[in-house]
Amino acid sequence: MRDLFREGTIVKPYERLSQEHIQRLHNASLSILNDLGIWCYNERAAGLFGDHGARVWEEIEHGQTVWRVSLPAGLVEEAVKKAPSRFFLGARNPKNRLLLDSQIPRIYFGTGSETNTWIETAMEQFVSTGLHDVAIQAPCFTELRGNTKLLGRAAQLCENLENLDFFIRPVNIQDPDVTEDNHDVNKFFASLNNITKHVQAGLTRLDRLDDVVRMAEIIAGGKKALRENPIISFIACVFKSPLQFVRDTADKVFAIVKAGLPLVISSSPQGGSSAPIQEAGMVAQINAEILAGITFTQLIREGAPVLYGSVPVRARMDDLHDFYGCPEFNQYNIDCAQMARFYKVPCYSTAGVGDAKVPGMQALFEKLFTHLYVAMSGAQYIHYAFGLLDRTNSFCPVQAVLDDEQIGKIKHCLRMPKVSQTDVDDAVKMIAKVMGSSHRLFARHARKAIHAGDVSKPYRFEARGMSDRVIEYAVTRLAEIESRPAPHLSADVLDKVYAEIPGLLPRLRRE
Amino acid sequence: MNEQELIEKIAYNVIQGRVIAEDEGFDEGLEGQPAVTELMEQAVEQNIDAKKLVMECLTGSMEDVGEKYDKGIYLIPDMLASAECVGAAMDILGPRLAKAGIESKGRFVLATVAGDLHDIGKNIVGIMLKGAGFEVIDLGNDVPADRIVEETRKNNAQFLGLSALLTTTMREMEKVVKALQNEGIRDKVRVLIGGAPTSDKFAKQIGADAYCRDAFHAVDVLRKMNI
Repeated sequence: MRDLFREGTIVKPYERLSQEHIQRLHNASLSILNDLGIWCYNERAAGLFGDHGARVWEEIEHGQTVWRVSLPAGLVEEAVKKAPSRFFLGARNPKNRLLLDSQIPRIYFGTGSETNTWIETAMEQFVSTGLHDVAIQAPCFTELRGNTKLLGRAAQLCENLENLDFFIRPVNIQDPDVTEDNHDVNKFFASLNNITKHVQAGLTRLDRLDDVVRMAEIIAGGKKALRENPIISFIACVFKSPLQFVRDTADKVFAIVKAGLPLVISSSPQGGSSAPIQEAGMVAQINAEILAGITFTQLIREGAPVLYGSVPVRARMDDLHDFYGCPEFNQYNIDCAQMARFYKVPCYSTAGVGDAKVPGMQALFEKLFTHLYVAMSGAQYIHYAFGLLDRTNSFCPVQAVLDDEQIGKIKHCLRMPKVSQTDVDDAVKMIAKVMGSSHRLFARHARKAIHAGDVSKPYRFEARGMSDRVIEYAVTRLAEIESRPAPHLSADVLDKVYAEIPGLLPRLRRE
Repeated sequence: MNEQELIEKIAYNVIQGRVIAEDEGFDEGLEGQPAVTELMEQAVEQNIDAKKLVMECLTGSMEDVGEKYDKGIYLIPDMLASAECVGAAMDILGPRLAKAGIESKGRFVLATVAGDLHDIGKNIVGIMLKGAGFEVIDLGNDVPADRIVEETRKNNAQFLGLSALLTTTMREMEKVVKALQNEGIRDKVRVLIGGAPTSDKFAKQIGADAYCRDAFHAVDVLRKMNI
């Protein structure tokens, strides 16, 4: 299994920041953490920081105790150094494992968000009111409330999207029989029963972590097998920006790190509301928040596998909503990828979100704009990349199919150049051969590159005539993908999972 | 290698699109093994009947290749590679073809018209036509109308293919057709045109016999002319 993992795409990172910029932002973040400190709402976390040399004092805020924690630079720097630079995220199918190496800009793309709304697409025919013999096909959209069945569909779809490398549930489960208590086990199960790629999610209830971990152990083949091949991992937004360490999330981080499973320390400040809108201020603050979070994980257990989870966004100035498809978003995220590389911690980043509510030209622009730039940054683990619309509020499977095609092209575009001495020698030989022929055509000599996958294919959804049929073709492709069987767990594994894990909905065995 | 093995191997290499031994094929790992040129030379040395070679090695294989292209298994470079194999094989068989009673499908003069240097499409047409059994006389690019007419007459060509990529040079095609009329040989030659700015409508407008949107269409058009 050691050598099995998804190839991803190793890129030459585009860097906005110079080494001097990085050092300056690093110093600013350390200064924020030491001079200003954080507002910690978790007593145990404050105690842990205090035990390792942080200055901790109590304050009363709205009648409640809050611990102010000043983190010395040395404590942060030493702790961050202990975070592993390289580790695997596992998968049911070992070929789908992900190798995250902070020093190798190998990019992977996956889903994200937990949207409440699923957007179904159907093509309908519309006849011109003026010219009755002229008709066009146009998409019509229906909003559905997210549920377990749709989550299973999303996972089965994502299993079959070749450029999708990992799965974060893109739809929330809101079935009448899903409660807060059984939410975690059912969301992980509906995902794991329909996809063999890595599955990552947040944790709703701390007291169901053991059940989720036990389920993953059964599926992975045991306790040791799960730690060697962590088929699941978690996301913890431990900071509420600015600089407020959240009580219940901190408790979840304690438990997840102790369970020995990988974790994203994610922060998502909004430039213009919960963080400065200016690039320097945004990056200094989010970096401080993530560094404090990573420090926390390493104080709990040295060497705990953790991702530098940067989701910096900008506020729209007309309504203060998140604003993803804009230049500042790319700037913030590219900077964060560089900061993560500086700390030698793999980077969890964000791309493919926009304000568009339905698939179409606006969605294409917003998504391409960030898919491409964030991929160029070399961030290892890029989430939110498939199917999201209306910022992070809707998931549309047809959009996910379109995103898969787009991301495939980006991965191809950013491949490392093939210009070895052998490549050059072969090319010169080929040119000589063709120039010696009567027709001077290189077409025949393209075959080797075509068959090796070095030559990209035309856009999958192109139309030949005078009409744009992209969405229509994507709807057809989605139907074809959804007709394939889901990679359900074997009957004996399902029996064991259902026997040991309380709260699983019986109908999910078949969904 | 006995006769049957050799025939099968040539046919296989045509489908693989391997002209000479150093060529890669569609399948992996064929580089370095004898290809159509080497195998055909061996077949000639072994005095294998030319008609048998054409029928069993070339014609059937090209039909196979055409089917693969139609199904999307093969792309244009694969088709061209196979067509080149057939062209190379026909060159080797040379005079033996006539002796064996295999006639060329006709003499085909090809040219990119005056003022236009874009000849990729015309070259592809040349390869495909040769692979389809035509005798191709390629005049190159930027060829003046009077030379095209002269070569058509001199070679007693039954077909003339004209190409242009530019909207500014496509009008030259009309000049060629008129020149053929003026010289009194228009009814002796079928004129096929092609190139990005041209169209079926344009072909009719200038008095050409057919418009071909690409090389494969050209072969198809000729087939429909019962040639």
